[in-house]
Amino acid sequence: MPDVDKGTVRITDIGPPHYEDFLPPIIKRNYGKWLYHEILKPGVMVHVSESGEKLYTVRVGSTRIVSSDFVREISDLADKYCGGYLKFTTRNNLEFLLDKEENIEPLIKEVQALGFPVGGIDHSLGNIVHTQGWLHCHTSASYASGVVKALMDEFYDYFVSDKLPAKVRMAFACCLNMCGSVGASDIAIVGMHRRPPRVMADRVKDLCEIPSTIAACPVDAVRPKTIDGKPSVEIDEDRCVYCGNCYTVCPALPIADPLNDGVAIFIGGKVSNARTKPTFSKLVVPWLPNNPPRWPEVIEAVRTILEAYKEGARKGERVAEWIDRIGWPKFFKITGFEFTKYHIDDFRIR
Amino acid sequence: MAGVRGYGGGIVGRFSDEPDEYPGVKEYHTARLNQIEGFFYTSDVLRKLADICDEHAGGLFNFHGSTGDIQILGFKQEEAEELFQKCTHLGFDLGGSGSALRTPSCCVGPARCEWATYDTLHITDNLTREFQNEMHRPTFNYKFKIKCAGCPNDCIASGARSDLSIVGVWKANIRIDQKEVAEYAKKFDIKKYVVDKCPTHCMDYTDGKLTIDDSNCVKCMHCINSMPKALRPGLEKGAQIRIGAKVPMVQDPRLGFILIPFYDVNKDKEEDYAFLKDLIQKIWDFWDEYGTNRERVGELIQRVGVGNFLEAIGLDPLPEMVEYPRANPFIKFEEYLVPDDEEEGKEG
Ligand code: HEM
Ligand code: SF4
Ligand code: SF4
Ligand code: SF4
Ligand code: SF4
Repeated sequence: MPDVDKGTVRITDIGPPHYEDFLPPIIKRNYGKWLYHEILKPGVMVHVSESGEKLYTVRVGSTRIVSSDFVREISDLADKYCGGYLKFTTRNNLEFLLDKEENIEPLIKEVQALGFPVGGIDHSLGNIVHTQGWLHCHTSASYASGVVKALMDEFYDYFVSDKLPAKVRMAFACCLNMCGSVGASDIAIVGMHRRPPRVMADRVKDLCEIPSTIAACPVDAVRPKTIDGKPSVEIDEDRCVYCGNCYTVCPALPIADPLNDGVAIFIGGKVSNARTKPTFSKLVVPWLPNNPPRWPEVIEAVRTILEAYKEGARKGERVAEWIDRIGWPKFFKITGFEFTKYHIDDFRIR
Repeated sequence: MAGVRGYGGGIVGRFSDEPDEYPGVKEYHTARLNQIEGFFYTSDVLRKLADICDEHAGGLFNFHGSTGDIQILGFKQEEAEELFQKCTHLGFDLGGSGSALRTPSCCVGPARCEWATYDTLHITDNLTREFQNEMHRPTFNYKFKIKCAGCPNDCIASGARSDLSIVGVWKANIRIDQKEVAEYAKKFDIKKYVVDKCPTHCMDYTDGKLTIDDSNCVKCMHCINSMPKALRPGLEKGAQIRIGAKVPMVQDPRLGFILIPFYDVNKDKEEDYAFLKDLIQKIWDFWDEYGTNRERVGELIQRVGVGNFLEAIGLDPLPEMVEYPRANPFIKFEEYLVPDDEEEGKEG
């Protein structure tokens, strides 16, 4: 419904651009007619249509948070090799779609020259899906892009090759809100606060609506309290599970705390239905410190998991299936991770 | 506040705690723009987005947000209207945020995947257009997410995070090309890596011939994933509709449950998805009437009971909806029988 505003047409409620206008011609011709695909090498696959036409895909790891210059660079590559078409994936990869096999190698060279890896298909470590972190969110307990960069630098080789027992999907969320739903990944890293929010008592009245702040807490830890004659709240530290919900609705309850913020690691989740049912990831490491810029403790823990998995899993077994087979006691034994009372799920809402 | 006139979401306001020390990011708002379904773009449109982002925002994007939107990061409220209008003139509208329908999203589907049992791009585009108002003007209790995956591989992780998840399935037999099976047999041990891993043990490979007892196949995709050239999903394609998945906030994470085991999505497509839209509307009406603030639909269903929810939206309970029947014996029967004389006595 365009409405006229000071002589120019104000356009609203138009929905997304129509996808048909953005499909490469080879896809338009073969839409819904694909017969099968083959993986030609790490990061490269071919889809073959009923018509016999072949579409080559080159998958490139991207950083998700990208600059306008990056967008222009990949656009130039799309012009040069793909008739100006390109796509992204649900895991923040970039995909170049080629109709000429001979373009694969020159394209890969140029992509690598820009500093981006080709891979992420089949038995590899996929691109890490992640959240906003310190860049533009207020509840972060850790820095999404920072940890992800450190991890991908370290485990780069698993992205560009296919030498893991099965695919490993890793994800990062910087707080329990888990924007991006990391909780069903082979390896999920989650930012954890571990100290209840501070109450900026003199600002609660001005910044917050007290009833909705109280209602926001899943464990009834926020209670009304008059402080220095002003309506405010108090937090029951024994109950609080550091979820940050109250802070989302009330900015006078900051939860970030450099000393106590860190990350936890959960593993063995999956979303695909293949063989075994989808399941959430389970806790293996309750807390590791934020140690920017390279987060060495997190890297070591992930390395321990990946190596134990690579060593112990049978071909084709996802992390969840491997642990199902060997049992959790064995997993803790071979990784040496300490099993604590925090690993026992005794949390009940209300 | 950050936003544009007439919209209740799509732009998320970000303000620095220390504006005096960091005046450059005093305001660092972010805009969600509907992605193109399947995440297909042209260089032309990407360059124009890059220009808008440089001119009116901080030159940074998310390609893409986890929900699916493109994000333009780092602008001031005074830029919001012009940024928004430049985007809509280019064909991009704002996505959802807050207590609204969030931007629906889908897997690449039939555009480049041989396994899609329905047109994920078409349905997602159609629903997004249909529900512009629900997306742009938040009136829900909390967020509502719809995601469409073309087959049970669920590349969009719909089953783990969307209130309404549509996942392709089929009814007829898995299509087998025995010649290609023989080719795969040269590459790996089919019995060990395919047949023995079938969760219902409904496959057999003897004397170089692969057979499947499709009546016991649970459509898990394992065998098809392992031998894409030899096996294809069966015909009579449709989808499963699941409801109630979500991440931890505000209550614990859930995977949701099957609401409709077989939805004839390809037929519904011809009717502009009338069945699906009607179902969605019924779910929203129920949520609107009984849900509380910040209660996701899955949490509401848990609170009031699946049975009550099914009754309200007019669906019968099915074994597909549960992992297994209840184990605890505290059944609250809705009625009890009385002997005839007691009945008479009551009436008298
Ligand atoms: C109550 C607090 C919040 C909750 C429960 C929450 C949860 C989520 C979830 C589950 C998703 C992923 C949805 C999906 O993949 O389908 C998401 C997406 C996202 N969240 Fe949050 N989030 C919260 C607060 C925030 C805040 C404060 C920010 C910072 C600005 C933020 C930024 C985002 C962004 C940018 C996306 C991607 C959006 C898109 O693609 O449209 N979230 N959120
Ligand atoms: S996961 Fe938490 S900290 Fe990270 S972007 Fe989402 S709400 Fe913010
Ligand atoms: S952080 Fe979460 S648990 Fe703690 S008081 Fe706030 S809302 Fe309650
Ligand atoms: S969900 Fe299925 S149809 Fe969709 S892209 Fe993945 S494998 Fe293909
Ligand atoms: S799809 Fe899964 S259940 Fe069906 S035959 Fe193949 S492996 Fe077995």
